[in-house]
Amino acid sequence: MKKELGIFILLIVLCVIVSVVNPNFLLVNNLQNLARQIGAFGIFSIGLGLVIITGGIELSVGSMMALLGVLMSMMLTEHGYGVVLTVIASIGLAMALGLGHGLLITRLNMQPFIVTLCGLLFYRGLARFITNDETKGFGAVGFDSLRFLANGNLFGIPMPFVLLILIAAITWVVLHRSVYGRYLFATGRNSEAARYAGIDTNRIITVTYVISGALTAISGIIFAFYTNSVSPANHGNAYELYGIAAAVLGGCSLRGGEGSVVGILIGTALLQVLRNLVNLLGIPSSLDFAVMGAVILIGVMADQIFTERRNRRQVALMRELSAREAKS
Amino acid sequence: MEGVSKRFPGVVALDNVSLSVGAGEIVALIGENGAGKSTLMKILGGAIARDGGTVKIDGQAAEIRSPREASALGIEFIHQELSVLDNLDIAANIFLHREPTTGGFLKLIDRKRIYREADALLRKLGLDLSSRTPLVQLSIAQQQLVEIARALGAGARIIIMDEPTSSLTLTETRRLLELIKDLKSQNVSIIYISHRMHEVQEIADRAVVLRDGKNAGELQRNEISHERMVRMMVGRDLKDFFKGAAAGNGSKADRDGFVVKRLRTLRYPNHTITFNVAPGEVLGFAGLVGAGRSEVARAIFGVEEALETDVWLDGKDLRITEPQDAIGHGIYLVPEDRRLNGLIVDFNVRENITLPNLDSYSSAKIINFAKESKVALEAIKAINIKTPTPEMRAANLSGGNQQKVVLAKWLTFRPRVLIFDEPTRGIDVGAKAEIYELIRNLAAKGVSVIVISSEMEEVLGISDRIAVMHEGRLTGILNRPQFSEEAVMRLATGTEG
Repeated sequence: MKKELGIFILLIVLCVIVSVVNPNFLLVNNLQNLARQIGAFGIFSIGLGLVIITGGIELSVGSMMALLGVLMSMMLTEHGYGVVLTVIASIGLAMALGLGHGLLITRLNMQPFIVTLCGLLFYRGLARFITNDETKGFGAVGFDSLRFLANGNLFGIPMPFVLLILIAAITWVVLHRSVYGRYLFATGRNSEAARYAGIDTNRIITVTYVISGALTAISGIIFAFYTNSVSPANHGNAYELYGIAAAVLGGCSLRGGEGSVVGILIGTALLQVLRNLVNLLGIPSSLDFAVMGAVILIGVMADQIFTERRNRRQVALMRELSAREAKS
Repeated sequence: MEGVSKRFPGVVALDNVSLSVGAGEIVALIGENGAGKSTLMKILGGAIARDGGTVKIDGQAAEIRSPREASALGIEFIHQELSVLDNLDIAANIFLHREPTTGGFLKLIDRKRIYREADALLRKLGLDLSSRTPLVQLSIAQQQLVEIARALGAGARIIIMDEPTSSLTLTETRRLLELIKDLKSQNVSIIYISHRMHEVQEIADRAVVLRDGKNAGELQRNEISHERMVRMMVGRDLKDFFKGAAAGNGSKADRDGFVVKRLRTLRYPNHTITFNVAPGEVLGFAGLVGAGRSEVARAIFGVEEALETDVWLDGKDLRITEPQDAIGHGIYLVPEDRRLNGLIVDFNVRENITLPNLDSYSSAKIINFAKESKVALEAIKAINIKTPTPEMRAANLSGGNQQKVVLAKWLTFRPRVLIFDEPTRGIDVGAKAEIYELIRNLAAKGVSVIVISSEMEEVLGISDRIAVMHEGRLTGILNRPQFSEEAVMRLATGTEG
């Protein structure tokens, strides 16, 4: 928990600064909007974070959402599939794609970066091809349940945020309290040693890509109905980078074996607050990527310094122990 | 080097150690594993800093803070593990980090010059190869010569060789020893670290013996004999070390227990290995480095694919293709490389101990932390792991305690077969004795134990029987009455059997 504290403080400080400079930040409308964004981005970021904990990476998230978006539109508006069937098909497809990534990575020993980079290119191209590069939408009426999922509120709290909290709670238990979670950390940190301990590391990794696929699909549904139109060339562009940034900010190490659900949540929130901040503080929007880059760099740097310090303390403790033993 | 000391967390690695080398002298530095030889040489080579003492070269006090500074003083280190880059060619390796350049500020590598000079160096060493040959195409022995060429090319006056013959064949070893004598005649000083007594006997002008991080004595050329060296290295307490070890008499095989038949490893596909370990028996596995012992262990445990295996436990035919299969049958491996395979060093002690058996401390796949902590704490107490808390990162523990964590992992089960691969490598003497005791205790409880060890004293002291391997072949199995260093060496070098 200590690890997330630093970045949490950064988040709070930023929020305080923005609300002092521009009190509009605290308007219910703005906060709701912010929470909706955090929800939509947070869900797939958790999946991506899990993949990063295995020591892998998932770059195809944005393209997958574009592909799912246009397929959903086609299923619902052109083929008249029901909402339930469409949702199941979308999540199922994303899980199948995740399974494909996982199998290519574990069975053929391919590098996650390359497998998912190819996914990034392939799904985007596929989305554009099947739509003839035309934007697909969901019209003005119908599909109320899905619209509610993206745009509705529950007791004033945006639905995507509610969903995020629910999913985060489940993943928290899975990651930090379950056997699978421990295996995931072990595999990500040292897959050789994990294998020597009898862990089926291939299965752990594959399952993680499948979970990431499922969470991407849920985020994908929200984004599709939030924008209400899916442009196959642009929808979800670079979203994987938001997810990676959130995970890394939240303490996930790209070397694997490190990270937490709470960290990813705070990381996502921080990124969205930053986007909001650029808006509210009148910073030229052309600068928003630069601002994000700088804050991520500072956050990760601070985290690294904390980690070093904690380890030095432990080493000092061991020294003390051996000195005491030498005396007795 | 005078009065050099070095402390690591948990161990005093060097205590007031002195060593001198004359110009053109070959000094053998000997001692058991963990006696401090490597640490002393790393200090001389600038890889680690000393805590006390002085280093003088030609009477001048020298501060060696990095390998580069050592190199500038004419000190070159040839490591036990080759440190050549096999993605480059010979010349690039020889001139690595001191490439002659041309083209002014462009700093292009003077290719003509490095190939010319590298070729000259290779000829000097009697290596009949073009310096354009990529390193991957070279044998281990040839790669080692490239390292020596690099040292000479850098103008070495003192060359430190750490176990240079450990992965060489006999003929290659002969050639290397000749080369070392040759270097001596060119006034190069050699510090020669080796466990191979006959090599020391052959080439050393003087032997300096270290024991437990202290000077244990020195032998002049005419005093060097196998026996005297061993006595100095081991000291008095060798017998205490293995008290109770001789419990077995080598004929416990009333039951076959654990049987391995017709095992063929990927590395040595032409040799089949067959042996058995009775319950309560300790079977030692001796042999030179690279004899294929670790491959056998890994194949049994299922981490490495075997071409063929037939493994039986108490009359039951087992199928093992993955470590989880072996673990399910009560067969465990304490691997050779603790930090890479035995532990997750960034995990804490508790997480490491409970990792393979997590399901037993969880309900519905959710870990019961109270139960887990209790098991970890019990394991820590049971085998006396020295850690202030179970939450300590394993990386911060001393080698001996890390090894105990690896073992504790398996003791949370009920082991039936335990395979130790070099169980005491890099472990200080006190912890070694504890590990031996643990191994004996396991055997006393009826576990079939296999101990792979390259330390002669260890394998002779702990085993009820010794299987000896040579280049992938099981050359013989000795019973206790037949135990002797010579008998093991004969089988290990393939001169018999």
